[in-house]
Amino acid sequence: MMAAAAAAGGVSSLRRVGADGRSLGRLFVARTRIAEISRWRWCLINSRTFQSAVYDPNEKTFEKLLIANRGEIACRVIKTCKKMGIKTVAVHSDVDSNAVHVKMADEAVCVGPAPTSKSYLNMDAIMEAIKKTRAQAVHPGYGFLSENKEFSKRLESEDIAFIGPDMHAIQAMGDKIESKILAKNAKVNTIPGYDGVVKDADEAVRIAREIGYPVMIKASAGGGGKGMRIAWDDEETREGFRFSSQEAASSFGDDRLLIEKFIDNPRHIEIQVLADKHGNALWLNERECSIQRRNQKVIEEAPSTFLDPETRRAMGEQAVALAKAVKYSSAGTVEFLVDSKKNFYFLEMNTRLQVEHPITECITSLDLVQEMIRVAKGYPLRHKQNDIPINGWAVECRVYAEDPYKSFGLPSIGRLSQYKEPLHVPNVRVDSGVQQGSEISIYYDPMISKLITYGSNRSEALQRMEEALDNYVIRGVAHNIALLREVITHPRFVQGDISTKFLPDVYPDGFKGHKLEDSEKRELLVIAASLYVAEQLRSQRFLGTPRVSVIQPDANNWKLSVQLGDTAHSVIASCQGSTFLVEVDGIKLSVTSEWNLASPLLSISVDGVQRIIQCISQDASGVFSIQFLGTVYKLHILTKLAAELSKYMPEKVVEDTSSIVRSPMPGAVVAVSVKPGDMVAEGQEICVIEAMKMQNSLVAAKTGKVKAVHCKAGETVGEGDELVELE
Amino acid sequence: MRCFNPVNQTVMASMRLLLASWRPVSRLCRPFSTSSSLRALTVPERIEEKRRAAMLGGGKARIEAQHRRGKLTARERVLLLLDPDSFVEYDMFVEHRCSDFGMEDDKNKYPGDSVVTGQGRINGRLAYVFSQDFTVFGGSLSGAHAQKICKIMDQAAMVGAPVIGLNDSGGARIQEGVESLAGYADIFLRNVLCSGVVPQISLIMGPCAGGAVYSPALTDFTFMVKDTSYLFITGPDVVKSVTNEDVTQEQLGGAKTHSAVSGVAHNAFENDVDALLNLREFFNYLPLSNKDPAPVRECHDPSNRLVPELDTIVPMESTKAYDMVDIIHAIVDEREFFEIMPSYARNIVIGFARMNGRTVGIVGNQPKVASGCLDINSSVKGARFVRFCDAFNIPLITFVDVPGFLPGTAQEYGGIIRHGAKLLFAFAEATVPKITIITRKAYGGAYDVMSSKHLRGDANYAWPTAEVAVMGAKGAVQIIFRGKGAHAEAEYVEKFANPFPAATRGFVDDIIQPSSTRLRICRDLEVLASKKQSNPWKKHANIPL
Repeated sequence: MMAAAAAAGGVSSLRRVGADGRSLGRLFVARTRIAEISRWRWCLINSRTFQSAVYDPNEKTFEKLLIANRGEIACRVIKTCKKMGIKTVAVHSDVDSNAVHVKMADEAVCVGPAPTSKSYLNMDAIMEAIKKTRAQAVHPGYGFLSENKEFSKRLESEDIAFIGPDMHAIQAMGDKIESKILAKNAKVNTIPGYDGVVKDADEAVRIAREIGYPVMIKASAGGGGKGMRIAWDDEETREGFRFSSQEAASSFGDDRLLIEKFIDNPRHIEIQVLADKHGNALWLNERECSIQRRNQKVIEEAPSTFLDPETRRAMGEQAVALAKAVKYSSAGTVEFLVDSKKNFYFLEMNTRLQVEHPITECITSLDLVQEMIRVAKGYPLRHKQNDIPINGWAVECRVYAEDPYKSFGLPSIGRLSQYKEPLHVPNVRVDSGVQQGSEISIYYDPMISKLITYGSNRSEALQRMEEALDNYVIRGVAHNIALLREVITHPRFVQGDISTKFLPDVYPDGFKGHKLEDSEKRELLVIAASLYVAEQLRSQRFLGTPRVSVIQPDANNWKLSVQLGDTAHSVIASCQGSTFLVEVDGIKLSVTSEWNLASPLLSISVDGVQRIIQCISQDASGVFSIQFLGTVYKLHILTKLAAELSKYMPEKVVEDTSSIVRSPMPGAVVAVSVKPGDMVAEGQEICVIEAMKMQNSLVAAKTGKVKAVHCKAGETVGEGDELVELE
Repeated sequence: MRCFNPVNQTVMASMRLLLASWRPVSRLCRPFSTSSSLRALTVPERIEEKRRAAMLGGGKARIEAQHRRGKLTARERVLLLLDPDSFVEYDMFVEHRCSDFGMEDDKNKYPGDSVVTGQGRINGRLAYVFSQDFTVFGGSLSGAHAQKICKIMDQAAMVGAPVIGLNDSGGARIQEGVESLAGYADIFLRNVLCSGVVPQISLIMGPCAGGAVYSPALTDFTFMVKDTSYLFITGPDVVKSVTNEDVTQEQLGGAKTHSAVSGVAHNAFENDVDALLNLREFFNYLPLSNKDPAPVRECHDPSNRLVPELDTIVPMESTKAYDMVDIIHAIVDEREFFEIMPSYARNIVIGFARMNGRTVGIVGNQPKVASGCLDINSSVKGARFVRFCDAFNIPLITFVDVPGFLPGTAQEYGGIIRHGAKLLFAFAEATVPKITIITRKAYGGAYDVMSSKHLRGDANYAWPTAEVAVMGAKGAVQIIFRGKGAHAEAEYVEKFANPFPAATRGFVDDIIQPSSTRLRICRDLEVLASKKQSNPWKKHANIPL
């Protein structure tokens, strides 16, 4: 068994971690595939500095733990449980019955059909599963029931340990109004705003005027950017009130809203706290989470480039003060907005494990899930504040199944027809709950994985991230790798000059993909041309001895036309073994690779510069889609002759889309505001689509009369479906 | 007679125009001819002259008109289709022999007439090609034109190499009358005699109307070019006068109609260039003749690659759909699948792929469309493909998830019995290596049809999700227990809705882990490469047409 581990890339630290042969044994029995074993590499290799990864087998803990969640966080919790020798129970909806977390757990219970309200939020079914499997504790992960006081109350009444804070801390912090009062009392800096529930749109406008625009309208019970709107005037306040209360109702079953001053251009920095049931509390440094789109985090890093030790300590101490004020136990996160003058304001406290916890683990060498379990079992913390280090730098990219070219990311669904995590890149950790063949459905969050890289300093971590993003194979769904790679290599980001408005600031007209420098463009052209020639040469290689002899075309010089965007480039390629000499725009480059045409990743050297590219698709007509520097470029490669003759080909008529409103993503129609015969003005709302719990208003692209309505409220629609037709 | 008329009125009009305005090519391209008109040309000069004229076809104006229609000329098409410098042309000096209606006039003679013929190479492999030249008399078929085509077809059959026809013709050469009709028949006869001997492929790149349509219909594959090609027996004008139906050329016989509605075309491509490049790709899958094994191309995809995602691809609920093409992509080499008839009878998927480099024919029920049931169209689509593969030594891999034949009056009145029998016939008759994978349902007679063990399947596998039974549990229980017995359904499921009944009887050779499917197929194909099987001697079988 140890041999298997060593074969999977284990290092000496493995033996230390694996001192508990029992748990490791189970681990490797459960994992039969090398690929999945390698999933573990991050914790084995990185664990050289993981203090709490050293698990004491004599410390008594729970025997069986149920994870009331799905996806990557369920897998994440199961990993630590396995390490600690705790048996695990997964719950799942019927569509998730083949999910990774179900396969990883020792037991699994189906808790209902796909919609979350009937499965992962179905407390009765989950309580039933707990009883049936005799689990002693429940880890809620994040989202779903993680901050639901009702759930923690029911667990308490059944004497089941909840891996999280006490009910009253959840209640106090879960309510944004109450939490703000508590924070004020604990001498934590807070944002000016209205500490009460807003009744209706008129009152919202009145309050907003009192505070002064801009204001933020948010769900009292909310989090994660859902049910949040910014309003700059009265009209937007009314609209925001309507949307937020609808979203809040559908996401949290609680439509109460509150309003506060919106701090323009702030950073979002949060402090990880860890507290036990004995009055001890620690702050585990900060996480910089400013790169967001629609108030949802996309890239996080720890530490922040912005904080000096004093500010860090001040924030940490206030966070701990707040935790102590509510007798907090377990891991929690205190979110702050930090303005350009390093003034920080308490935003909210998340009484759960955060999505972005791995970066804190990377720099502090703690296993937060393990600490949470220990605390829930009643053990005191093993560390003092002085023991908490900042070791190096960690960056996390949230890899989403979404199209970044549409408002920085609209959900995409589909099957991961090919999926390979970049675990062969050193210092990479991938937290995911999917594998090749998994389905990204409309029912759940479109996050594919969290890609975390680690380095002794920021530039090393970012360098690794670049490499990891290039080596990440995701096919079958749209993904945001292009956006992630652009952001982490953007000069402003590299300098640490970021705010929560980074994306709209840097890409005011929306994200358009990587903009190629001239030299990069040449690289892409010669790579594509070489790939084309390699393909062409391969299609002449028939094995065996044919009855009619094969006459290889005599072609030493391939004269090609490579079209990229609107420009066609003349390219001349010649082949010498596995190296191509390719001339473009009068510049000759040599392109070398193994040219394994079955591999999703191609390592190609262009005049000595090593690149990882992915050939996403290619067809007989010479259309290639190549992922280069994160962005997928479409190239049309033809022989000179074919390109010349192509000019006679008729232009195909493109459908006039301004008179058709199509669904930009798969989802459910919430409301249709027009009927056939209505006149609509440009920009007028036509219908509202809800997907992944976000409501999106679709507007008319031109003024006109409604010709036909092809959808009605309550229907599910697919991406590109025709919803409304204008005359 | 009508059916052999070129009924495309615009084509006729342009032909008349062409005849009226014709000026000899030589005068256009040989400026010195006026100055030296008195001197008789030497033979080398005349050869040169004819060659040059042949290269220009119907002349510059006609070529430009052809380009304006968004179409390439016959020669440009040949150049694109074949490897550089590989085209060997035949009969460049052949001229038509018509002497009526002023056709005997020198200015109405074009070296090569209205078709370019010859042989060349596609990725190094031999192919015979004819390419009809619309710039010469609208590509109309004269006796000489037909004779040129017949010549290369005869040679292709003798040598054993495929024939590719690039069709772009207004129809019969009316001036030649019965001579032209005879020419069609000569071609038809050769199409039939070559059938099953060498692959024959038609690419319709312009009009193809009247009797002319039967040559593509007799060939193995008919591809079309979107928006610029038409196939019909009679054009919209005749349709209007006979049946009073208003229909456009595109609706009546365009690429979309034939690739999605009638099933006449096997696929349609965006334009000439796209179509010819795709044809090159397609050609690579085919053996040169019935004497050659399926070609094996260099392959970079390991034959023992495991496909773990297949273990979860079949949904737990047996009523839920999934995409069979996903399975095909995951199993075949490099996810390359050349689908045939992708828009027609989509409840069955057919096409070519490679396994460890070797061409295979894939047949699969498509649960995503009409639950993957077999109906008239899908049976006929599948049957013809299976017979092609069998004729040309291409192993067959069949993926089965079939709930049965589609019931109903439409199907019965349409003759599902005799059409369904075609697929049954084709699978039973085939002697190429046959590998079958039952992914989920294999119900009723459709189970037998889909390359079952009973029809001489060489390797028949079931995935753990397979259910081989006479019908679904609900229906079966209703018949057995007349509606009473909720637990009876569970019992039926327990007994029959799994692969065991078939496996214990040896009707499937093994129950395999889906992830190992590629590996198993590759291994079997290696063994079966030397398979020898023959059917009893007969003049020919009598497939229920």
